[in-house]
Amino acid sequence: MTKQMSRELTRQQYLDLYYYMRLNRAVEDTMVKLFRQNKIVGGLYSSLGQEAISVGTAYTLQKKDWIAPMIRNIGALLVKGVPPRDIFMQHMAKYDSPTKGKDGTSHFGDLDNLHIVSPISMLGDLIPVMTGVAIGGRYLGQKVVAMTWIGDGGSSTGVFHEGLNFAATQKAPFVLILENNLWAYSTPVRRQVPLENLADRAKAYGIESYIVDGNNVVAVYTTAIEAVERARAGEGPILIEAKTFRRLGHAQHDPAEYVPKEMRAYWEARDPIALYEKFLTREKLLDAAGKKEIDEKLDVLLTAEREFAENSPMPPAEFAQGGVYCTGDDCHKIRAKWERSIGEVTPPKSSVKPVWTVPGFGSGRGSGGADAPIHFGDTPAVMEKPANNSRPAKVAAKPVAKGAKKARAAAASASRKARR
Amino acid sequence: MARANGAPTNGSAKGGAEITFLEAIRQAMFEEMERDPAVLLMGEDVGVYGGAFKTSEGLLERFGWERVIDTPISESAIIGAACGMSYLGLRPICEMQFIDFIVCAFNQITNFVAKGHYLWNAPAPMVIRGPSGGGVHGGPFHSANPEMYFIHTPGLKVIYPSTPYDAKGLLKAAVRDNNPVLFFEHKFLYRRIKGDVPSEDYTVPIGKAVVRREGKHLTILSYAAMMHTSLETADALAKEGIEAEVIDLRTLLPLDEETILTSVKKTNKCLVVHEDTKTGGIAGEIAAILFEKAFHDLDGPLVRVTSLDTPVPYAPTLEEHFLPNAKKVFSAAKELARY
Repeated sequence: MTKQMSRELTRQQYLDLYYYMRLNRAVEDTMVKLFRQNKIVGGLYSSLGQEAISVGTAYTLQKKDWIAPMIRNIGALLVKGVPPRDIFMQHMAKYDSPTKGKDGTSHFGDLDNLHIVSPISMLGDLIPVMTGVAIGGRYLGQKVVAMTWIGDGGSSTGVFHEGLNFAATQKAPFVLILENNLWAYSTPVRRQVPLENLADRAKAYGIESYIVDGNNVVAVYTTAIEAVERARAGEGPILIEAKTFRRLGHAQHDPAEYVPKEMRAYWEARDPIALYEKFLTREKLLDAAGKKEIDEKLDVLLTAEREFAENSPMPPAEFAQGGVYCTGDDCHKIRAKWERSIGEVTPPKSSVKPVWTVPGFGSGRGSGGADAPIHFGDTPAVMEKPANNSRPAKVAAKPVAKGAKKARAAAASASRKARR
Repeated sequence: MARANGAPTNGSAKGGAEITFLEAIRQAMFEEMERDPAVLLMGEDVGVYGGAFKTSEGLLERFGWERVIDTPISESAIIGAACGMSYLGLRPICEMQFIDFIVCAFNQITNFVAKGHYLWNAPAPMVIRGPSGGGVHGGPFHSANPEMYFIHTPGLKVIYPSTPYDAKGLLKAAVRDNNPVLFFEHKFLYRRIKGDVPSEDYTVPIGKAVVRREGKHLTILSYAAMMHTSLETADALAKEGIEAEVIDLRTLLPLDEETILTSVKKTNKCLVVHEDTKTGGIAGEIAAILFEKAFHDLDGPLVRVTSLDTPVPYAPTLEEHFLPNAKKVFSAAKELARY
């Protein structure tokens, strides 16, 4: 489905989106400086040019909703409420970081307050996990939406399929953002996936999908808010393909010389923050004074956050030993937060069918088979010789958002050039 | 085995009863789901069909579609989703239709589920259970004992019971544990082994072995189906004047070193019997523990009786040759007793 960009935002929402994109970029700029000063222990990954996606999607969520960020979703963490110091300290392996030095980068979470699930490096694994969060939240009556992100490369994993398919069979309130940044490390998208639009993958799961220009933060937000509302309303999981470009290498060590110059130039001219600044100025939502105010605010904030992070100690060596197991109530009091009557899920009422059951799912004894639509197939009882001119049916082309189409054409042209 | 409203026919009325190993597992799930609405069951064909071995028969009727979830054939999705549910304070039980298929979700278990508490302080209270083991001519993909893949993974607990009492008590303990627990059910025992279980609620502590038979001449360590083979062998050894102490490990991770060491320090000889293959089996780990902590107490070599280092073959003649049996344990024990 193609999203019509019609929804109006409030002035504050427009400015919030701008602020978080700027914050996203400023946090990453600070980390580049820290990296060059050898203060970052491991790798540093960049979401330069992809900020509109992290920010525009996460901004649609309510406080109770759940996210699991990928490596290029620092913006989503910031929108969710993670202070920049936590991100700095994670990268610097500091003792005050959320994982206290046990893991780095964006690999941290918060089950109690911010509702963030920590990612792992194996791509796609978050999809079934967030499906479980979505199903679990529905079971508890919390009306939450779970959101995670995946790249064009990560969409090639088996667990992408298993997770999204399971989410679809369960009609889980789950939104998956597929950031097609055209490169999976050094491998161009066309060698990952033989599809023009990765959103087409949604058809295989019978779920709705959108394609959006990932460098247009307003388009990203308006598309994502519709998807989130639909998922929350029980329409099932939704896939959004956001078309964009990874402006830097896979990580700091990678100069990405495999990327054609024309392709880079095309996307650099479409920087999501620069595009949005022009839009805000044109719409009289931001002027030079307003911009300066944000510049100063970010400068003050990040100087303080960076100072805090730099002053945090490294974890003591023996801290490596503990924490493998939860030792019980002294360690974690595990309690489900029920927001529906427990009577609905305990006998005798628990044998009632939930409203979200997929029509036709299951048949026969105990499954409500009497209500299930039955289709036995189209095989005639007598076999006929197939006609010679039989060929596969043509799939009707689908309209695509204007910006995305242009971007895609340019990307395709750039990669055609690259092949020559 | 018709049950009104899915209620167990045995063991729940009064005074306890003798039930099968399989029924013990079913009762444990049933009672835990009755006790706590945070407990759910997910797996392939666990709902309408009641599970490939009928371990979840009647649960869908009793607890409904939101709590007994038939999934697609997607082991990674089952484990991943269970992990996500556990983050909300739920306590999902995942069934692997055959435990052989657990390796399809290897990454989810070893990288996601197992590491969460250490890395970001996120407990994942969930159980992964399923039928394991050979001796039923299931062939190379329906007979596995994959415990050692997971015993090498910090963050998991691994249970492998041998009696209905332990199966029920340990599965209940696993559901109540705040950590991910792998629970292996030897399918050879499902309908062959019966035992008494009390009518009241009980658990068996995770991480505790049990002495099944006292003896003074040598220690036999075993678990699951081989536990019964070991006990049978101990009877035969007794007729020859060799009193074997037989210990049921029950939990393989964490291993009950104390019970093992206490026994070996008494008998000074140790034989490990397991159905898992030899190389990298738990006997090797136990050998290392004994060398580290009971070296001066050993009067003979540590002896291993295990399956062959091959896949599980299909033909009954081949599988019987592949598996340990009472005869093999007997001759190994006699040899060890001579030291």
